Amino acid sequence: MDGQFWVVVEHWKGRVSQITYEALAVGREVADQLGASLHAVLLGHNAREFVPTLGKADCVIYIDHPLLSEVVAETYAEALVQLLKEGKPRGIIFPLTNVTLGAATLLGARLRLPVINFCTDIQFAEGRLQARCVLYGGKIESRVAAEREPAIFGLWPGARPAEKGFSERHPLIEEFDMILPEPAIHLKKYIEPEAGDVDITQQEVLVAVGRGIQSQENLHLAEAVAKQFHGAVCASRPVIDQGWLPLSRQVGKSGATVKPKLYLALGISGAPEHAEGMKSAALIVAVNTDRGAPIFNIAHYGIVGDVLEVLPALSKAIESRKGVGSHA
Amino acid sequence: MGGATLTGGNPSSPEVTLDNLLQSPQGRDLLTCIQCGLCAGTCPYGDVMAYPPRRIIAMLRAGMLEGVFKSESLLACVACYSCMAKCPRNIQLTEVLLPLVKEQVFLNLAELPAELHKALDNTLRYGNPMAESPRKRAAWIKTLDFPIRVLAEDPRPVDVLWFVECQNSYHPRGQDVSRATAKLFHALGIDFAILGNEEKCAGECARLLGEKGLFDTLTDYNMAVFSKYHFNRIVTSGTHAYDAFTHRYPAAGFRYQVEHTTPFFAAYLEQLKPRLNRTLHYAVTYHDSCCLGRHNGFYEQPRLLLQAIPGVKLLEMPHNRISAICCGGGGGGMWLDTYYKAKGYERLSERRVKEAVTTGADVIAVSCPYEISRFEDALKVLGHEKKMIVRDVTELLSEAMEV
Amino acid sequence: MNILVVLRMVPDVVEELEIAPDGKSLNLEFARMVLSESDDHALEQALLIKIRDGGTVTVLALEAPEVDDALFAAMAKGADRALKITGPKAGVTTREAAHIIAGAISSEPGLKGADLVLTGTQAINDLDGLMAPMLAQELGLPFLGIVTGLIPNSSARTALATKEYPRGVRGEFEVALPAMFGIQAAEKPPRYVPVVKVRNVMKSRKIDCVSLAETVEPGFPLLQVLEMTKPQATGHAEILEGSADQTAEALCTILAERGLL
Repeated sequence: MDGQFWVVVEHWKGRVSQITYEALAVGREVADQLGASLHAVLLGHNAREFVPTLGKADCVIYIDHPLLSEVVAETYAEALVQLLKEGKPRGIIFPLTNVTLGAATLLGARLRLPVINFCTDIQFAEGRLQARCVLYGGKIESRVAAEREPAIFGLWPGARPAEKGFSERHPLIEEFDMILPEPAIHLKKYIEPEAGDVDITQQEVLVAVGRGIQSQENLHLAEAVAKQFHGAVCASRPVIDQGWLPLSRQVGKSGATVKPKLYLALGISGAPEHAEGMKSAALIVAVNTDRGAPIFNIAHYGIVGDVLEVLPALSKAIESRKGVGSHA
Repeated sequence: MGGATLTGGNPSSPEVTLDNLLQSPQGRDLLTCIQCGLCAGTCPYGDVMAYPPRRIIAMLRAGMLEGVFKSESLLACVACYSCMAKCPRNIQLTEVLLPLVKEQVFLNLAELPAELHKALDNTLRYGNPMAESPRKRAAWIKTLDFPIRVLAEDPRPVDVLWFVECQNSYHPRGQDVSRATAKLFHALGIDFAILGNEEKCAGECARLLGEKGLFDTLTDYNMAVFSKYHFNRIVTSGTHAYDAFTHRYPAAGFRYQVEHTTPFFAAYLEQLKPRLNRTLHYAVTYHDSCCLGRHNGFYEQPRLLLQAIPGVKLLEMPHNRISAICCGGGGGGMWLDTYYKAKGYERLSERRVKEAVTTGADVIAVSCPYEISRFEDALKVLGHEKKMIVRDVTELLSEAMEV
Repeated sequence: MNILVVLRMVPDVVEELEIAPDGKSLNLEFARMVLSESDDHALEQALLIKIRDGGTVTVLALEAPEVDDALFAAMAKGADRALKITGPKAGVTTREAAHIIAGAISSEPGLKGADLVLTGTQAINDLDGLMAPMLAQELGLPFLGIVTGLIPNSSARTALATKEYPRGVRGEFEVALPAMFGIQAAEKPPRYVPVVKVRNVMKSRKIDCVSLAETVEPGFPLLQVLEMTKPQATGHAEILEGSADQTAEALCTILAERGLL
């Protein structure tokens, strides 16, 4: 094999994130295109338990250090700077999530390497490492090539199905000792969210209910699906007016403006006053009994049907998919 | 073409301010207040208003006006002109006193309700409260089967500059009204043009709310745009825009003739009548808009137009003409529904629709752009959307015309 | 606390974005620029800290269309000083901007010595990296991003910072000052500033100008944009047909493909 291609493993709160497997799937393809070996870079403390599922990689580079027990961007960048003195991969994929955000840029800034952010796909073509990137909240797509190597890529979730990057074939492990400087930043504790304490503008997935939910008693159907997505329930004005949900859950001209990754508009007609608050969501899926409802003009996907039938079916379908990898 | 510039100010003009208020004619009138309380009694939110006009005047006389500035209660003033219309002393309440006081209230507010905040930011930045692109303001004209002249593309002199207004440019129901209006202009052979994407909000509701700086910025912009073209008169579908141009802009040098579409079309009634040959079997109740009605006295013109439509039966609501109940959209009210709801106030649009339903009419006819979405929303909330529909007067005229 | 807030103007997506004739950049002729949303939050957080603890807030931005409006508005909201770096070409990348801004901060006397340097956590056009970590690296400051709470402790020369993690979890960090923070959201939404106040500031105060100290970093550019396109907008939803179970299943497949399941 000629050369290496690296994927940084993201793990948090005791689990490998699903995006890691998606990144490994992409990494495997690129490594094969390059004729290079794929290395998973695992930085952590007592993290050996994560190695067995990283089999899509030919090798796992494992650094165990107490300062890596929690993710601090600077420490991750420093560890990679030291690793890059030993090995020179053609490229490095970082998962783009809140957990490691900043580490990729820090590394690129320290070593004057290209950082290509917001990637949805990476490949080796025309003699260079290239990526497809999505900018401006999804409104512009860009094809970008790295002028130097190693090139650092920040990969959005969803580039590949996680199954494609998951393998229990035990990879080789290369373990290194490392001296890491004490960072100026210390994690003191995590704060778990309180039940009911929800800021809908910060959610990645919103399950929005309108008059089609018909009564307060049916809200639990929406709440179940929201929970499966690790998201939250929100509503259009009529539902809030009825008092079925608090004002903090209102979306629209008279409520919050939200830009989640997924907005499920259930039984919402899509009047301009509501659309104003959610039209910038990255993916909008609408369910409504009325094929002519205006919501279908701004949704990306639609189901013409009864919310009260679709919700339980959706919940069941999601449940049956759970299994591959773990989620972040 | 950039956004409304903030630089530059109004040419110096004798403006009434709080400092010179009592020296002005309007201010001297204030001192003749007999504290009768008709203003508070007729105010649609009088029961929740901590400082109705009567009390403001009392505080002013007692040298305690500052106390009013610290109160939020004037956010409940929807600038409906009821107090001013009923005042036995003809004190210029909504016209002069309230905007001046609200300016100070606005500056003293610790936090602005979020919806209002958004609407004002959007109006400053995009020239409309809905965060719609200025470059799409005239997109609706492509849905007509005849062309509409846009002055930026064809700047030759024109008879009528039609100032379309924000809701009627961007909101789907407003666009219905615009199409109907265009059809009427076209049918009457009126020589008209629009500003198209150069048009921005006239700013009246910002002014009525107390956001004087935003009003001034929009005035500067609009005056500059008007001065580029040659036209005889401005006809607007916006009732608040009508007020701004008629009563406020002259202080900035505005000298054009202004009309609102409803009285404008009423003047062409004889030409319109022969064209109204479809019978509409509607019982219609007309809602007097505050600006057009109470403020400017155009009560009969819309009724004449409606009665000219074959098959239309006109029914009056108990509160009509000078005592009509405001839809709640003026003075910033359009963007304060959540705020009012959180305080437990009844939505004025719902109060009005409840009264409309009692007439047994099929249609609520309106002539202000805010009223359509407000009343359609209220009908849905009250569960009456199968009983009544909302139509602008121009929509009904258009419907009654043979295609 | 002396706080420096770095502001950036980005293309406003309310306007339809157009690709330039070269097929690989934005047509900036019709693009309007707006203050990057999380930079607005960074400013708000700085103002809140100033109100609570005293100190000064300085705002710094690169020359760009409509940047003056943003800088005057910042002063009207309470910033003590506004500086503009003049001279850069239009459409600099995030990385180029970071390098220019770091140069200005290092060379301009009034800008060195800030206890907190704040900027938004991410902007919609951060193709070649994020501003906050890049600035942190160039200025030699510790960095924390995705911050939604920031409480400085002047005497201890530290700050307590809250970072957002997935699923609503937050992490509380102790950071030694001076430090760089990428702000995700201020404790309160950015305040409204009455237009009359901004107009008054425009008449009575000035934006200080700093001219571009040096050109780009050696070794640039590090990446090349080959092509820019707009994804096809359909204007109508793709309707999934079938029974509740079938459509639910089809939907799950679509969502899984997008990494949402």
